[in-house]
Amino acid sequence: MPLVSIKEVHKSFGKLEVLRGVSLDVKKGEVVCIIGPSGSGKSTLIRCINGLNDIQKGSITVEGQEVNDPKLDKLALRKKVGIVFQQYNLFPHKTALENVMMAPVKVLKEPKREVEERARALIAKVRLSGKEDVYPGHLSGGQQQRVAIARSLAMRPDVMLFDEVTAALDPETVKEVLLTIKELAAEGMTCILVTHEMGFAREVADHVYFTDRGVIVEHGPPEELFTQAKDERTQRFLSQIF
Amino acid sequence: MRALAKPFRIDVEAVSSFLPSRALRGWHGILLLALFLASLAIATAHAQSGAAAGPPSPLATLVEWIPFILRGFLLNLGMSFLAMAIATVLGIGLGLLQLSRSRFLSLPAWLVTHLFRNSPWLVILFVVMLLVPFELQLPGGGTFIMSDWLKATFAFSLPVMANVSEIVRGAIVSIPKGQWESAESLAFTHGQTLRWIILPQCVKRAIPPWMNWYALLTMATPMASILGVREAVGNGQAAMEAAGARPELLVPFYLFLLLLFFAYIYPISIWTRMIERKYAVDS
Repeated sequence: MPLVSIKEVHKSFGKLEVLRGVSLDVKKGEVVCIIGPSGSGKSTLIRCINGLNDIQKGSITVEGQEVNDPKLDKLALRKKVGIVFQQYNLFPHKTALENVMMAPVKVLKEPKREVEERARALIAKVRLSGKEDVYPGHLSGGQQQRVAIARSLAMRPDVMLFDEVTAALDPETVKEVLLTIKELAAEGMTCILVTHEMGFAREVADHVYFTDRGVIVEHGPPEELFTQAKDERTQRFLSQIF
Repeated sequence: MRALAKPFRIDVEAVSSFLPSRALRGWHGILLLALFLASLAIATAHAQSGAAAGPPSPLATLVEWIPFILRGFLLNLGMSFLAMAIATVLGIGLGLLQLSRSRFLSLPAWLVTHLFRNSPWLVILFVVMLLVPFELQLPGGGTFIMSDWLKATFAFSLPVMANVSEIVRGAIVSIPKGQWESAESLAFTHGQTLRWIILPQCVKRAIPPWMNWYALLTMATPMASILGVREAVGNGQAAMEAAGARPELLVPFYLFLLLLFFAYIYPISIWTRMIERKYAVDS
């Protein structure tokens, strides 16, 4: 059974239909990249997986649990699914360490001592040891984004969503964030990424989906999609990038 | 020299660095009050040394009545604290209600906020005086006496409540939507998000305007004297009456009252500016 299963999903904002029948499956431990031109519905799709956006038609399940079930236990879903945003969205009134500790302590009510130990280990893991007591405003974009990754991991999710996490970063800090994600993928974390970093997608993804105007145009293993794209829209998009 | 040449021009260089606190510090109000009282004491001593029969000098009269006026001032302070506490609690609630998803909550909250923000305090004071009964029946069976000063306190709390409501609403709206989204994604409930993430960020933004309204509130409390509440200004007037209602008493008495309020409120406004600047630097 796939960890995340998306079937025939339709989603509109008012009259504008952003997703028009999207289906994709993600198996445990798999790294999936979603690429495509802006406005193709990539970010909307990823936000539907953890219920930040609702859908009008179709089904999304995470570990067999229907995301759009009105009776859904949102807490259970959000413990399973972590998300990292383009704009980091760290809590500016809390230090890096507090940002990472907050959800496990306040939401899961786990003992503070235990959480702090785990949070320090996570901050070390994203290579930010020494920055525990620094406020987000004094960290670079890349550092903030890595704290955001650690913050999500502190909830021990089964799948991580990355929504264009490097799009707002200075070029020199992009690398450190990608490296962190790569290590995470290598450890077997299931990852779904919306990204414009084609080189990165090619390197880490097990499977790449190309979306355009709310549909999946084409998908396959990266070496196949990037070198022998069949659809004309995919070819045009890739030729503009490379 | 430039300042002398064209005195009515704005000093552009000073605009960015201008600090009134540099010219007049917080404790200068207290100093002014002390100087005023010292000069009173000297003048009184002079007058008495060469005193003949007749009414005491205006200054001697003032000195005699100062303890009475200060006792009234304590009531001004008490009213300002209590009204601010009421205004803060109700104002935060009202501000949150203004942002409610339900129109049945947000619309009345909006109406109440704007009604009290945009009416004269004196009129609100009269309306409260007339509408609030002298005795309130408590649900437990007892009665609660609404004395005039309590009614006035409640009346003053209403416009401040409305302004606190707007401060809270504005502060919440200014928090980026991403904060709500990331909290939601980390499984925070709506209430937890407000409690742990949104409101703590609002406090910083809200404190300077909140303090500003406290200063305005304190300055408004003498209005209660119109209704016979025995606060500083009311006591001052009563004292002048008792001393024979001589016209020469007016200036020293009101000057004293002015300096009394200034000495208390000016440090608060300086403090507010300092906090404002500190947070501006922080963020």
